[in-house]
Amino acid sequence: MASLVGSRVERKEDKRFLTGKGRYTADINLANQTYAIFVRSPHARASIKKLNIDKALKSSGVVSILTGKEIADDKIGGLIAGWAIRSEDGTEMKCPGNPPLAKDNVNFVGDPVAVVIAESLAEAKEAAEKVEVDYKVLKAVTSTADAINGDAIHEGIDKNLCFDWLLGDRQKVKEAFDKADKVISIDIINNRLIPNAMEPRACVADYNAASEEITLYTTSQNPHLSRLIMSAFGNVAPEHKLRVVAPDVGGGFGSKINVYNEDIVCSWAAKKINRAIKWVAERSESFLTDIHGRDHVTHAELAVTKDGKFLGFKNETIANLGAYARVFGTVTPTYLFGPCATGVYEIPAAYTNVKAVYTNTAPVDAYRGAGRPEATYTIERLVEKASMELGIDKTELRIKNFPTAFPFKQTLVHTVDSGDYVAGMEKAKQMADYKGFEARRKESEAKGKLRGIGVTSYFEACGIAPSAAVMSLGCGVGLWESAEVRFNPTGQVTVYTGSHSHGQSHQTTFAQIAADELGVPIENIDIVHGDTDKGTFGMGTYGSRSLAVGGIAIVNACKKIVEKGKRVTAKMLEANPEDVEFKDGEFIVSKSNKKKTIGEVAFACYLPGVRDEMKSPLPEGDEPGLKETSFYDPSNFSFPAGTHIAEVEIDPETGHVKLEKYTACDDFGRIINPMVVEGQVHGGLAQGIGQALYENAEYDETGQLMTGSYMDYTMPRADNFPEFNIGYTCTHATTNPLGVKGCGEAGAIAAPPTVMNAVIDALGGQEVTMPATAEKVWKACKNLKKSNAKAA
Amino acid sequence: MKDFNYHSAKDSKEASKLASSSSAFLAGGMTTIPSMKLGLATYKDLIDIKNIKKLSGIKVSGKSVTIGAATKHVEVSNSKDIKKAIPSLSSLAEGIGDPQVRNRGTIGGSIANNDPSADYPSACIALNATIHTNERKIEAAKFFKGMFETALKKGELIEAIEFQIPEKSSYQKHPNPASRYAIVGVYVAKHKGDVNVAVTGAKSCVYNDKEMSKALSGNFSSSSIDGMDLDSSEMNSDMHASADFRASLVVTQAKKAVDAC
Ligand SMILES: Cc1cc2nc3c(=O)[nH]c(=O)nc-3n(C[C@H](O)[C@H](O)[C@H](O)COP(=O)(O)OP(=O)(O)OC[C@H]3O[C@@H](n4cnc5c(N)ncnc54)[C@H](O)[C@@H]3O)c2cc1C
Repeated sequence: MASLVGSRVERKEDKRFLTGKGRYTADINLANQTYAIFVRSPHARASIKKLNIDKALKSSGVVSILTGKEIADDKIGGLIAGWAIRSEDGTEMKCPGNPPLAKDNVNFVGDPVAVVIAESLAEAKEAAEKVEVDYKVLKAVTSTADAINGDAIHEGIDKNLCFDWLLGDRQKVKEAFDKADKVISIDIINNRLIPNAMEPRACVADYNAASEEITLYTTSQNPHLSRLIMSAFGNVAPEHKLRVVAPDVGGGFGSKINVYNEDIVCSWAAKKINRAIKWVAERSESFLTDIHGRDHVTHAELAVTKDGKFLGFKNETIANLGAYARVFGTVTPTYLFGPCATGVYEIPAAYTNVKAVYTNTAPVDAYRGAGRPEATYTIERLVEKASMELGIDKTELRIKNFPTAFPFKQTLVHTVDSGDYVAGMEKAKQMADYKGFEARRKESEAKGKLRGIGVTSYFEACGIAPSAAVMSLGCGVGLWESAEVRFNPTGQVTVYTGSHSHGQSHQTTFAQIAADELGVPIENIDIVHGDTDKGTFGMGTYGSRSLAVGGIAIVNACKKIVEKGKRVTAKMLEANPEDVEFKDGEFIVSKSNKKKTIGEVAFACYLPGVRDEMKSPLPEGDEPGLKETSFYDPSNFSFPAGTHIAEVEIDPETGHVKLEKYTACDDFGRIINPMVVEGQVHGGLAQGIGQALYENAEYDETGQLMTGSYMDYTMPRADNFPEFNIGYTCTHATTNPLGVKGCGEAGAIAAPPTVMNAVIDALGGQEVTMPATAEKVWKACKNLKKSNAKAA
Repeated sequence: MKDFNYHSAKDSKEASKLASSSSAFLAGGMTTIPSMKLGLATYKDLIDIKNIKKLSGIKVSGKSVTIGAATKHVEVSNSKDIKKAIPSLSSLAEGIGDPQVRNRGTIGGSIANNDPSADYPSACIALNATIHTNERKIEAAKFFKGMFETALKKGELIEAIEFQIPEKSSYQKHPNPASRYAIVGVYVAKHKGDVNVAVTGAKSCVYNDKEMSKALSGNFSSSSIDGMDLDSSEMNSDMHASADFRASLVVTQAKKAVDAC
């Protein structure tokens, strides 16, 4: 039987999606359901003097109106940060309370203060307009760089500082810098982004008074984790009385990791009113209240010798957490950022210092890449600048500092098991025709255009992650993953995974893996996810972990099935279990060449006995049935890596940047389905290029979101991109049996510095911030013209 | 969205009669419906004009192109007759918004709305258009009064827009990257006697840039406006483009338009 792993198997999920048969949360309607509308703060920072619902209660169709007072009275818990980070001085991080409905203070535009529940959506909206809130408006803090100097927005949190964290050794770095021939320094901003999943957030909460069970349908990347948080911290219901279902989810990119206010409020309120409640975000609510991403202000320095050896690295970053610290809010700018900031290079000494600040803006949390795009942007902008200042070719300088052997003990935390960065660089250069660039630059110049080329070599730590490692770094849970493989008596297989698919194609790729492991046709395998009532506990999907952690759990559970199958075959065929081999779905006794198919063995497991012709006794010690579970805890992160090369052409008269060529050469380890990987790379690149050239979340100084719709927030579109040139090198991960590394975030990680390096190259080394909009680039072009005129 | 009454008018007369101070005509709905959904506008009555036969259709004569007010952008961009008579007009239509918008939005709605960054108003100015309403004919130069303001009276319905066919013309737009409306759009049209340089997006309302028109009427070459330093004091300034950038774009886009003629 040909192996399915590695082939372009068509997506099982496409029939459903392409024929409009997907079932998203908003598609779910329950009998007698009500509709919720949240009353949200129009102010970025205010105290609530009075909240009057009398008029609203009289509005037609209103079932109930609940506020911060009721939720506090019922002792419903607030939203939480999932990782505890300690400051350099050893103190614990400081997190403000974040009640699901604000009672005393609001801290960003969109912070909910009340929920109006009515018989129809229109009535709920109408009534919500009649809720009277008397705010005392306070001066908002919105600037990342300046938050430390602003009014303290949360009581007891001095300087708006959550923590002041250090990774690395300042003294060693100082010594390295003392020895340097040259110090390259850079000030950069990692612009704030809004994830913009195609499907807005939504939830439908139901309460069964007889079983006292709450069922919450919600747009989540990790329903089990949501249940745990809502139960343990939200006090919504004990875990066995709370079922969380995340059906088809239309994109997450990290924005659907969090348990949100609406999930908790609707679940709690459904029980209170004893009716189902439906809430679907409007697009403007998504802009305002989904977690945002990035938002760093960084000063970084690289100490180098004159022939281009890196000696030391400093990274001083201020990271904006927004109004509150959320699930991955505190780890994203620390352990997901600091360790990767030294990039793919051997740098003997390094440190990263991060001050995480609160501001009156939407909470900032993990967004595709989470910390690693910010890290890669820092080091790769710095290395590009070093190449300009040292006059060493940008690819040569990188190669000079690549590790020469694997495992590669990276400066700050990670030991990278495998890779070949030189091979990746060489292949990328070839794919991009790096050599031919100067000729293309001249052609552009002849047309009055400026052309630039940019390179990025990156690695990322994904497949998060070993429980022992992450818990020692402050994580509130272990990040293993589970799988359960159930054989039906008649031979089909259902695989339950604790990870979640919201665009990752698990239904296909996980079935490919199980099909290969079990020798069962892929049509006979179903992947089930997204329901806490089905399958065992799981940690969900983020950090490119589903395959590298969840996929391995499936492999391990399949291996247990095969082990049991061997014992059963041996008993049935009167052989020794050690003499039974398994191949392509058949158990073969090597001495006699007698065999049983896995289907026959599965059938036998459910009919353990002897009757007439049927002889299927089970070996002693084995129970009937054929179902195995695995909880897989990886021994290390996985480390995809690669080199990307971009070429841009700039029209100096309009500042328009045209992305002419984009080459991505990635090492994702073994590839399960090349078509799915291409899709992931394309999507990641679109978001990464979007960050570099188009997207920006902007607040004014009063904390109003200026880019609160698609009229002002530039989502990249297909016509913004060239045909992507995609290729791979492949070194298998040595830390998991599939040799896989993960591919979901690579594009978003590598593209921003790649594109910006190209833009800045075209601009003769002038810095521009992301996104490189026409006006910024136009100004830089004018400066360039002036300085060229001076030089001439 | 608040409840409203829906009417479908069978002719201009009925549409006009149904109009009141709390009504709007419903053409493509691409402006009206979103503003109602966002609560920015509320109407008691929406008067659908798409079924009025007189408002649709494209007529081309030797001198002019006449487009019914309810004609969709996609129809203008696909019309072979317009492509032949005034190619720049069909390419303008092709550059409006996105396919969904072009498949619903209408020329009449766009002009009646007079968004300061809409594309069609510049075509009206550059191509010396005449706006035919159910009551009168209005010259384009007198039609666009200010931001979202036109010469239309309450209940007055645009029936058709008549464009003069120029010798040469081109429309060049620097789009807002998010919405794709014009940050600056410049429509250059060379007629027998003179040249019009209609500018949209730059100020609160579309206008004919006299300085550039004059220069180009003298010498129809981009070199005659190259390096022109326009006064930016009345230009729009927002997070997408400052007034100075807009002023520079007006000249750049005008040059591009002349070169493309
Ligand atoms: C996402 C998006 C992108 C867009 N991008 C662009 C762009 O790039 N460039 C651009 O120019 N436009 C753009 N538009 C606007 C689009 O062109 C609309 O078609 C136009 O604004 C209104 O036309 P409509 O037919 O939809 O009018 P409607 O929304 O139906 O009506 C708008 C107004 O015009 C009035 N009206 C309509 N028809 C008549 C008539 N015959 N007589 C008198 N009054 C009338 C109505 O009373 C109403 O007040 C965009 C719109 C959207 C939603």
